[in-house]
Amino acid sequence: MLTSFIRIVKSGVLSFWRNKWLSSAAIFMMSLAIFGITSLILINVLINSLVTDLEDKIDVSVYFKLDTAEEDILKVRSDLVQLDEVKSVEYISTDEALANFKERHKDNEVLLQSLNELNTNPLEASLNIKANEASQYESIAKFFNQGNYQDIIDKINYLENKAVIGRLSAITTAIRQVGFVVLLILAALAVLVTYNTIRLTIYSSRKEIKVMKLVGASNWFTRGPFVIEGVLYGFIAAFVALLVMYPILWYLSPKITSYLPGTDIFYFFQVNMIVLFFTQIVIGVVLGVASSIVAIRRYLDA
Amino acid sequence: MIIFKKVSKIYSAECSALDNIDLKINDKEFLSIAGRSGAGKSTLIKLLIREELPTKGQVLWGEQDVSQISDKDLPLWRRRIGMVFQDFKLLPNKTAYENIAFAMEAGGRTNQEIERDVPQLLKLVNLIERAEHFPNELSGGEKQRVAIARALAHRPDVLVADEPTGNLDLLHTWEIIKLLMKINELGTTVILSTHDRDVINGLDRRVITLEKGKVINDDQNGKYILR
Repeated sequence: MLTSFIRIVKSGVLSFWRNKWLSSAAIFMMSLAIFGITSLILINVLINSLVTDLEDKIDVSVYFKLDTAEEDILKVRSDLVQLDEVKSVEYISTDEALANFKERHKDNEVLLQSLNELNTNPLEASLNIKANEASQYESIAKFFNQGNYQDIIDKINYLENKAVIGRLSAITTAIRQVGFVVLLILAALAVLVTYNTIRLTIYSSRKEIKVMKLVGASNWFTRGPFVIEGVLYGFIAAFVALLVMYPILWYLSPKITSYLPGTDIFYFFQVNMIVLFFTQIVIGVVLGVASSIVAIRRYLDA
Repeated sequence: MIIFKKVSKIYSAECSALDNIDLKINDKEFLSIAGRSGAGKSTLIKLLIREELPTKGQVLWGEQDVSQISDKDLPLWRRRIGMVFQDFKLLPNKTAYENIAFAMEAGGRTNQEIERDVPQLLKLVNLIERAEHFPNELSGGEKQRVAIARALAHRPDVLVADEPTGNLDLLHTWEIIKLLMKINELGTTVILSTHDRDVINGLDRRVITLEKGKVINDDQNGKYILR
């Protein structure tokens, strides 16, 4: 059993080496496929960070009437936090609101003077709510329609921003869905390209396969070396793809960042390099082995 | 002993390759099968190595009905028969040594056995100095000798040679025939299929002649009788 395995591995490595040109061509095609799949993963990361960035800019503020007690507001807050849709709730008291206001308008003397003449603080306390996804604001807004909140709430700015939020949410959902579909289609293409490349290498050995069977080799003893070659293709192709990807990302990443601030794809790549590399190897080896096994099947019988 | 019992092979209604063949092949015999292309020589051999199944009748090897062998046992079965082909069927990416060693590896022989037997086999076919050459670096006769050495690697009971000299010139043809006779003298049944008149007439051994799927002649000191 072990001797057989060693023989199969040896034979696979030897034939990989002796068919240098065929192997190089197969590795080249597979690295392209793996490169493609990894790029798609990275682009998806980019899209996601973009969409998240966009969604983070959306929020809903609930303003409370001036005479509302602070503990009532905090109670609303703790009720809100219970909701699944809510990502964060920030409480801004009347004093904070005033401070913010003064800070924002510190150059406007007239406004500040008229504020001082009021003697009381005209600004309302508010809760600043962020949802997990843009589409969830509707249901959060509905939460406040329940009877017992109506008395203390002055206004909810969701109703004013409803159209904008709705459009943004539609856009982000569309981007996510389109991105996913494109990823699936291109990944399928990469898989097909790899499968066909390996099928060609096995097609070129179809006579050898027949001869191996004729001199008494079992199916696994015949198939084994080709599977080993598939493993080698996948492994080396993953390595090549990584080597090519590093300088390309290093060069492109600053350019992407200048278009889409807040994204740093090279940083993401560096941090996740080990994981990405292993993913690539797994993709490569699985593709290589599965393609070999499927492609050799038709030449094995008889 | 190999027995063909009323064996017919019909590929389609118009094309029957073998028609009611009765044939007995004794142990350690040197049997030539003569006939034109299409007479059924290759079909006869394919039935013996179970590459094809008979439409009617039985092929018996001792007690064993060849058509009853399961796919799983087929590799084991094939190791009892050494096969030599017109087109050599060597593995192009393996050296002469490795081609022979591969058959033994596939048969699950130990490394010691392989290291001992392969040089012996190469010596038998007089190719020891060509051991590290690839098939495309060998002449036709040399390739066929490697193929014969490989066919003998499992120490088969029967060596089947299907038109082994078809691609060779006169000189190499006799080289191969003499080698086959030497192997026969060492105790292996040899079945040689050929349409080469000179080979048949020069052998002076048992010859059966096939025509249109029938045995038309079976002669212990055979001559080539077709015109």
